[in-house]
Amino acid sequence: MAILIDRDTKILVQGFTAEKATFHANEMIGYGAQVVGGVTPGKGGRRHLDRPVFDTVKDAVAATGADASILFVAPPFCADAIMEAADAGLRLVCAITDGIPAQDMMRVKRYLRRYPRERRTMLVGPNCAGIISPGRSMLGIMPPHIYREGNIGIVSRSGTLGYEAAAQLSELGLGVSTSVGIGGDPINGSSFLDHLALFENDPDTHAVMMIGEIGGPQEAEAAAWIEHNMTKPVIGYVAGMTAPKGRRMGHAGAIVSSAGDSAAEKAEIMRGHGLTVAPSAGALGTTVAEVMDRRPRVAA
Amino acid sequence: MNLHEYQAKELLSAAGVDVPHGLVAYSPDQAVYAATELGGWHWAVKAQVHAGARGKAGGIKLCRTYHEVREAAEAMLGRRLVTVQTGPEGKPVNRLLIEVATPFEREFYLGFVLDRKTERVRVIASAEGGMEIEELAHRPGALIECEVEPAVGLQAFQAREIAFRLGLTIKQVQRASKAIMGAYRTFRDSDATMLEINPLVLLADERVVALDCKMSIDDNALFRRPRLEAMRDPTQDDPREAQAADHNLNYVGLDGTIGCIVNGAGLAMATMDTIKYAGGEPANFLDVGGGASPERVATAFRLVLSDPNVRAVLVNIFAGINRCDWVAEGVVQAVRQIGLKQPLVVRLAGTNVEAGRQILRDSGIDLIAAESLSEAAARAVEAARAYAP
Repeated sequence: MAILIDRDTKILVQGFTAEKATFHANEMIGYGAQVVGGVTPGKGGRRHLDRPVFDTVKDAVAATGADASILFVAPPFCADAIMEAADAGLRLVCAITDGIPAQDMMRVKRYLRRYPRERRTMLVGPNCAGIISPGRSMLGIMPPHIYREGNIGIVSRSGTLGYEAAAQLSELGLGVSTSVGIGGDPINGSSFLDHLALFENDPDTHAVMMIGEIGGPQEAEAAAWIEHNMTKPVIGYVAGMTAPKGRRMGHAGAIVSSAGDSAAEKAEIMRGHGLTVAPSAGALGTTVAEVMDRRPRVAA
Repeated sequence: MNLHEYQAKELLSAAGVDVPHGLVAYSPDQAVYAATELGGWHWAVKAQVHAGARGKAGGIKLCRTYHEVREAAEAMLGRRLVTVQTGPEGKPVNRLLIEVATPFEREFYLGFVLDRKTERVRVIASAEGGMEIEELAHRPGALIECEVEPAVGLQAFQAREIAFRLGLTIKQVQRASKAIMGAYRTFRDSDATMLEINPLVLLADERVVALDCKMSIDDNALFRRPRLEAMRDPTQDDPREAQAADHNLNYVGLDGTIGCIVNGAGLAMATMDTIKYAGGEPANFLDVGGGASPERVATAFRLVLSDPNVRAVLVNIFAGINRCDWVAEGVVQAVRQIGLKQPLVVRLAGTNVEAGRQILRDSGIDLIAAESLSEAAARAVEAARAYAP
C-alpha cells in the first residue's frame, strides 16, 4: 500500500505532446509508472512515446480505463483542463502548472464540489512537484532516485524542500511510503489535511513529515485536526522564519499578510497541537529519526 | 502587481462607481493646470505611490489656492515619500493626482479580498471608515463581512445587507449598493487579489463616492489583462527586484550578509532559515527556478553581488529537472566572468551530483564545497565572519 498512486494506477498526461510533458512522461515511464496515453486537443489519433493521443479526456478514459492524470497544460488553459479531467471521472488529477490565476482556481474548487463525495476528483497542486510512491509509481517531476522505499509519508508545499527531506531520510536509511507536493499557490486543490487523513489510514505509513511555509491557514487547520484524529506521529517544519512580512517569497501563496501566516506562528501552533517541529531545515531527517526511535517497537 | 490610486479610480469609474473629479499631473505646472481645469475652490494634491498611510507622511495636501497647489506639487514631486508602509527608503513620487476636494458627512470602509480559508472573495465593510483594516479587525463588531459564491457572484441582496448595516437610509442604500456591486465587478474583471476603498464617503447630497482606492492585481492573470499590465509603474518596485523579474528570477532583498542562490522557493526560504539558525543573516531570497542555465546562474550572481552588504555567497541547488553538472558549469562560468571576491560556498544535491562536484573541483575555483544544507549554512556563516574586503 501507499497513498494516491500504486503500481496499478493508470495515468494520462494532459498536454502530452509538449516538450516539458514529453520529458517528464518519459521519466515516469522509465520509473515504471503506467502511463497509458495522453490528451492534446487536435492531436487525437496520433501516437506519442508509443502511446495513444486523444482529443478529449473522456475519449482517453473510455479507451484506456485511466484513473489519474498529470497536467502540463499552460496556465491560461489549465483550469479548463482540470475541470475536463474531473468531468471525465478521473479519481486523481495532479497539476504541475505554475501560474494559474487565483480566480480560476476559485472556480475550479467550486466546480469540483458539484460531484458527490464518492466520485469527487482529488486535485493535487497546482504549482507542485507531484506524487511519488517509491518503487511503485510516480505522478510528478521529482528526481526519483533520491527516494528509498519505506514507511515515512511526506506532504510538502514546496517541491525542492520535499526533495531535501527525502534525501535526508535516505541518508539515514529511512524510506518513504508516498511523498505528495501540494503546491505553493494561494488556492490549491488538496490540503495537508486531505493527505494526512489518507496517511493515517495507510498501513505502510508509520509517521508523516509535514512541510509547510508562510502564508495561508492550511498548516494550522491540519495541526488542529492531527491532535484529535491522528494516531501516527507527525513531524512538522515551516519554511520562511526569516521572510519579511508582506513580501512574496517566490510562490504565489508564500506571503505573510494576516495573523497566523508567519512561520514562527505556524510552528508554535504545530507544537501547541502536539507535533514535533524540526528546529531547522538541516534537521528534517534527524528529527524524523528521533521520533521513530522513541516509538515503542512492536515485536515482529 | 499594485495599481496607483488614480488607475484604480479609473477602473471603478468605468464600473459605475462615483469618484471625485481628478486629473493626473507629472509637474507643478500640470498640477496648477489640472486645478484650473477641474474648477472648484479647494483641491487635494495626492502623491501617487504604491503605499498607504500617505496622509500622515505629507503625501496628501489640501490646497485653497493655485499657489498652494503649486507649492504642494513642488514639495512632493521628485522626492521619496516615506510612510509607515514603505520602509525607510520610501517610494519615489513621480505622479500626482489633483482632485476637487470633496466635503463629506460620513466615511466607511469597503474592501474585497481573496480569502484563502474559504477560497472565495470576501467583502468587508465597516461604518468606521478612514481607519486601517488592521485596527478595525481588533474592534469587536466593527466589521461587516460576507462571502461571494463563485458560481453566481455577489448578489444585490448582499450589497443591500451591507449598506443597511452601515446605517444608511433607503435612498442612500441604493447608491451604496450600486457602489458595492460596481467595486465587486471591478475586482472580478481585473483579476484583483485586493481592492480597498478607504474611505467610501457619503456626501451631503447623499451621493456615495470612493475617496481613496488601493488595488492589487494577480500577477498570474496579467496575461489576460493587457490594459492593466500597461499600468505597471516600475519606478515603484525595488530596482534589484525589477531586474530579477526581467530575467524570470525571484529576488527579495534583505538586511543580512550572506547572499543566497537556490532553486525552488521553499528550499530558498529554508536555506535562509538555516543560515539564521547557524548564527548568520541572509542578504536575500533568490529562486533561480527549474532551468538554472549558466546564463541564469551568472545573472543570479550579479544580482546577489549588487548588494554591497554581501560578505559570502551560498549556492544551494537540489537538482531534479536540473542536473548538477549543468549547474556546476554555470557556477564556474559565472564566477570566472564576474571575478568573485567574496567567499563562495556551494552545496549540490540530486541528479548527477558526483559529476557536478567533479566539475567544481577541476575548475580550480576557490570555493568551499558542502555536502549538506546544515554544513553549507555553517560554512557560509564562518566565511562571512572571516571575510575582510
